[in-house]
Amino acid sequence: MTAIPLSPAASDITAGYLASLRRRRLYSAILLAGFASLFGWSWLVANDRTAGGFLRGLPQVLDYPAELLSEAWESVGALPGMMAAQLPALIETINIAAVSTLLGAGAGGLLALLAAPALTPWPRLVPVVRRILDVTRAIPDIVIALVLIFVLGGGPVPAMLAIAFHTTGALGKLFSEVADNADLKPVEGLSSVGATWLQRMGLAVMPQVAPNWLSYALLRFEINIRASAILGFVGAGGIGSELRNAISWGPGRYDQAAAVFLLLFLTIVVVDQLSGHARDRLIRGTAR
Amino acid sequence: MTAFASDAARDHAAFRLIRAKRTAAIAAPLLILAYLLYAAVAFDLAGVASRSRADNAVLLLQDFWSYKTHVTRPNRGRDAGEIIAAIEGSRNMTYAEGQLPGWIEPAPGGAVVELQGDVTVRFLPDRVLQVDLPEHAPLRIATTPDAIVLEGWSGPLPDWISASDERVGLTLSHGARVAVTQSKSEVFRRTPGWELFFFTLDSEWYPLSWGERLAAAVTQPGAAASMAHDFWTNKVWHHGDVAWAMVETVLMAFLGTIGAALLALPLAFLSARNFAPNFVARFATRRGYDFLRGVDALIWTVILSRAFGPGPLTGALAILLTDTGSFGKLFSEALENIDGRQVEGVRATGARGILRARWGVIPQVAPVILSQVLYYLESNTRSATVIGAIVGGGIGLLLTQAIVTQQDWEDVAYYIILIVLVVIGMDAISGRLRRRLIKGA
Repeated sequence: MTAIPLSPAASDITAGYLASLRRRRLYSAILLAGFASLFGWSWLVANDRTAGGFLRGLPQVLDYPAELLSEAWESVGALPGMMAAQLPALIETINIAAVSTLLGAGAGGLLALLAAPALTPWPRLVPVVRRILDVTRAIPDIVIALVLIFVLGGGPVPAMLAIAFHTTGALGKLFSEVADNADLKPVEGLSSVGATWLQRMGLAVMPQVAPNWLSYALLRFEINIRASAILGFVGAGGIGSELRNAISWGPGRYDQAAAVFLLLFLTIVVVDQLSGHARDRLIRGTAR
Repeated sequence: MTAFASDAARDHAAFRLIRAKRTAAIAAPLLILAYLLYAAVAFDLAGVASRSRADNAVLLLQDFWSYKTHVTRPNRGRDAGEIIAAIEGSRNMTYAEGQLPGWIEPAPGGAVVELQGDVTVRFLPDRVLQVDLPEHAPLRIATTPDAIVLEGWSGPLPDWISASDERVGLTLSHGARVAVTQSKSEVFRRTPGWELFFFTLDSEWYPLSWGERLAAAVTQPGAAASMAHDFWTNKVWHHGDVAWAMVETVLMAFLGTIGAALLALPLAFLSARNFAPNFVARFATRRGYDFLRGVDALIWTVILSRAFGPGPLTGALAILLTDTGSFGKLFSEALENIDGRQVEGVRATGARGILRARWGVIPQVAPVILSQVLYYLESNTRSATVIGAIVGGGIGLLLTQAIVTQQDWEDVAYYIILIVLVVIGMDAISGRLRRRLIKGA
C-alpha cells in the first residue's frame, strides 16, 4: 500500500485529533481507575466493619434459606393455614401503604400545584413550597416513624404518618414536573369566564395531569407496601412485626417464618403486576 | 372511531359517556372517603388519641434544642452536703470546682442557683432549700428525718406544686424543676443549645471562648490538631463514631447501587428482546429480576444477616440483590429502545460482539443508565438508614439505639440533621450530574 501524502494542514489536524483523543482516553482511564479504587476501598472498609466478613459468610448464605425451606416443606400442608392466620397483619400493612399513598398524593398534589409558577395563586411562595418538598422528601420515613412511636405509642398510625410524610415530598416533586408541562390554554379559557382557582385546577389542569399523576401514585403504592413492611419490622404494626416475631423463634418454628416470607413475597409480586398493568393502560391509553 | 347508525344513536352514546364520567367524578371521592373512614376505624384512631403521650412530645421537643443541668445536694453517701452540678445528671459531665456556670454561686453551707423567670433557689445549711418566687413569699422545703416539709404556702396547692411526706416537687417556668426527697435535693435548669457539643469538660479548650480558641489555633503549634482530636473523640457526642456510621450508611448505598449496576448491565443483554441469545435466557433472566425485586430488601436483609452478621456489607448486599432486579428490568428496557443503525455501522467495520456492544450500544444507553443509577444512589442512601437499623450498621443503628433509651433526644436530633443534610447533598449531586448527562446527550 502506498501512503497518500497529506498536506501540512491535514497532518496538523490529524495530530491534533490524535492528541485530543489520547488526552480523552487518559482522562477516562484516570476516572475509571479512581472509581475502581473507590469501589474497592469501600468494599474493603465495609467488609472490615462487618462481623462475619464476605468470604466467611459466603458459604453460609444458603444455609438459612435451606433450613427454612426444608422445615416449610415438612409441614407444607399447614402452610396455607399459617398464611391465612397472618392475613389480618397483611391487611394492616396494605392499609398503611394505601392510606399513606392517598394522603401523600393529596398533599403532594396540592403542593405540586402551588409549586408550579404558572398555576399557583401565590407565585412568591413557589421557592418556599419547593424547599418544603425537598425537606419532606429527604427525611427517611424510619426517623419520623420511630419518633412518632414514642409520642403516639405503637401501632399502624405512626408508620402511616411517616410514610405519608415522605410520600408527600416524593410525589409532590414528580407531580410538579407533570404540572409544569400542563397546557395553559384551558386554564386561561376558564379564567376568562371567571372560574375560581379550584374550578380552574379541577376542570382545566386535573384532566391533563390525572393519568400521569395516577401512574406515579400507583408506583408509590408499590414502594410504600415495601416501606410499611420494613417499618413493621422496626416497631410499627403489620406483617413486618409478625416477621420479626416469627424469625426470633428460631429453629423448629421456621415454618412460620417461611409462611410470612411467602405471603410477603406473593403480595409484593401481585401488587407489582397489577399496578404495572394499570400504569401501562393509564399511560398508553392517553397516547391514543 | 365507531360509526354511528344515526344522530340519535350518537347523541345517546355521548350522553351515556357524560353520565358515566359524571358518576365516576362523584363516586371516586366518595369511595376514597369511605375507605379512609374504614381505615380510621381499623387503625383505631380514637384509641391512638387517648394513648398518645403529649408529655413525651414536650420532653422530646425540649431535648431537641436544649439541655438540662442537674444541681444536686445529696444527703447520704460520700458526697453528702456537697453541691454537684452535672449536665443531664451524668457522671462524666460533672462540672469541676472552678468550672461552675455563672448561674450557680457557691455560698457558705450551700449555693445560690438563679433560674429563668426571676426564680432563685438557695441551698441553705441544715438540709433546707429556699425558693424565691417573683410574686409570692419564699417557699422553704426542709428535709427532716421524719418527712419533707413544705413551708410558706397557705391554702390548697396549685398544679405546679406536689407535696407529700416522701417528696416535694415544684414545676417552674422554662422547663425548670425542683425535687426534694430524703436522699437528695435537686434543681433542674434548662439551657438552650447542645452543651459540650465541641469540647467536653475535661478538654483544655472547653473554658476558652471561640476567639481565644481561634487565636490559639493560629499562634500555638499543635493547638489545632489538639482541638480536632478533642472534638473527634468527644466522649459525650462521639463525633468520630457518628461520622463513621454516616460513612457506613453511604458506603452501603454506594456499594449496593454500583454493584447492582455492574451485575445488571451484562444480564440486561440476556433479557433485552433485540440482544437475547434465545427465548429461554430472556425468560429466565426476566423471572430472576421479578424474584429479586419481589423478595424485597427486608427479606434479603434478614437472610443475609444470618450469613454475614451485622455490618454495612450485609446491608450493601441486600441493596445489591434487590436493585439488580430493578436495574435488570430498567436496563433491558433501555437496550430494547436503542437505534439499531448505530450497531449496524459498527458491525460493518467487522467488529465482534463485545466490540459492537462497547461502541454501538453503550454510548446510546449510557446517559439513561447513569441517570437511573444516580437516582437510585440517592434513594438508596435513605433506604440504607432503614436497612442499617435492621442489620445493625451505620447511622440507622445509632438512631434506633438513641431512640430506644428515650432520653438522648439531642442525639436523635443530631443524627436526623446529619441524615437530612447527607441525603439532600446526595440529591443535589445526583441531580446536577443527571441534568448534565441529559443535556450532554
